[in-house]
Amino acid sequence: MAKPEEVTDNEWDTEVLGSDKPVLVDFWAPWCGPCRMVAPLVDELAVEYDGKVKFVKLNTDDNVQTASRYGIRSIPTIMVFKGGQAVDQLIGFRPKNQLKQSLEKALS
Amino acid sequence: MADNREYDIVIIGGGPAGLAAGLYGARGRRKTVLIEKGVVGGQIALTELVENYPGIPQVNGFDLAQTMLQQAESYGMETEYTEVRSLAQRDGKWLVETEAGDFLAKAVILTAGAEYNKLGVPGEERLTGKGVSYCATCDAAFFKDQEAVVVGGGDAAVEEGLFTTRYVSKATLVHRRDELRASAILQERAFADPKLTFAWNTVVTEIVGDEQVQSVRLKNVATGEETSMDVSAVFIFIGQHPNTDFLGELVPKDPGGHIVVDEWMATPLPGLYAAGDVRQNSARQVASSVGDGVTAAIAADHYVSAKFHESAGQKAETAATG
Repeated sequence: MAKPEEVTDNEWDTEVLGSDKPVLVDFWAPWCGPCRMVAPLVDELAVEYDGKVKFVKLNTDDNVQTASRYGIRSIPTIMVFKGGQAVDQLIGFRPKNQLKQSLEKALS
Repeated sequence: MADNREYDIVIIGGGPAGLAAGLYGARGRRKTVLIEKGVVGGQIALTELVENYPGIPQVNGFDLAQTMLQQAESYGMETEYTEVRSLAQRDGKWLVETEAGDFLAKAVILTAGAEYNKLGVPGEERLTGKGVSYCATCDAAFFKDQEAVVVGGGDAAVEEGLFTTRYVSKATLVHRRDELRASAILQERAFADPKLTFAWNTVVTEIVGDEQVQSVRLKNVATGEETSMDVSAVFIFIGQHPNTDFLGELVPKDPGGHIVVDEWMATPLPGLYAAGDVRQNSARQVASSVGDGVTAAIAADHYVSAKFHESAGQKAETAATG
């Protein structure tokens, strides 16, 4: 349960925009080194915020539509959505406390 | 202080120099912690291919760094992901203040590495992550069949320029001089790449775009002619500066901010060492940084023995004082 799920272009509207909880999205690709550093942090946060925030990952190689819809031009990028709206975007590797701050902002 | 964590050796920065120092510190059975503020590996974590590390013909930079980390941790090195705020001498030891509390160290090895320079032109900061990038390996795939400029003339610029042409339809390497500084083998590859063209004696004066990069303004420094070029991406590789600002006036630095050390990587302050890209006259290679880190760790080990466990005059001290 408390593990980030992969979402696709097709699932985006229901899984992310339609979520009743805030959603953290980890935009990543298999060739991106720093993305592999972000992944374990997102996994940890998914446990800590279980039930409060939904965690998903989007592979930008396989889901070009969504990546270009949000102008993703650099990964890792973390976005936070609330009520279907993007409320935060963090480009590049960020330490865990910065990701946490972003989630706290979305929850307040 | 209750939250003081005491170590023999604290290493600040998790690039190749820090990871190598950590391996030697831990194998010397010194209580060793490596403090890293971001991604372990430093600059090589963003490098697609390292092919000049002796003994390993080709390896992904991130994978190489992870292997070094696991190797050091397998001997007991600890890793702490936080940012160092300050460093100060405290009763013959070193107090390392971080976002995650204080550390007390008998010896400190500075391996904070270097960061890429920015161009400092209008539009650069606003469009970072929106077409402006300092890592082609990370971002080039987002510009498939589009056009890009790559700024710089050294190894990094040429290497990353060659990487971008896997994706973009055309890349223009913009360089302020009329020849490259990059190593000969990279130059050969660059001139042979049909998708790579060159704008010599040229600088970028502005990066233009609303939500995304749309064009760059270029100026030929020889003729003064100004032009505009439509591109979706600007990859910038114009050298680097050492991450030594947090040290303030603590330790002697050269005008470029590099820490002055002796041949044992020792600064003039007792128990303080610097290795890799933060030090003066570094060759700035993975292999040389690894060598620096090893040297610093051995010197620090001898210093700790001499100062905290053994009487002065033993052979260890010769090494520590160089």
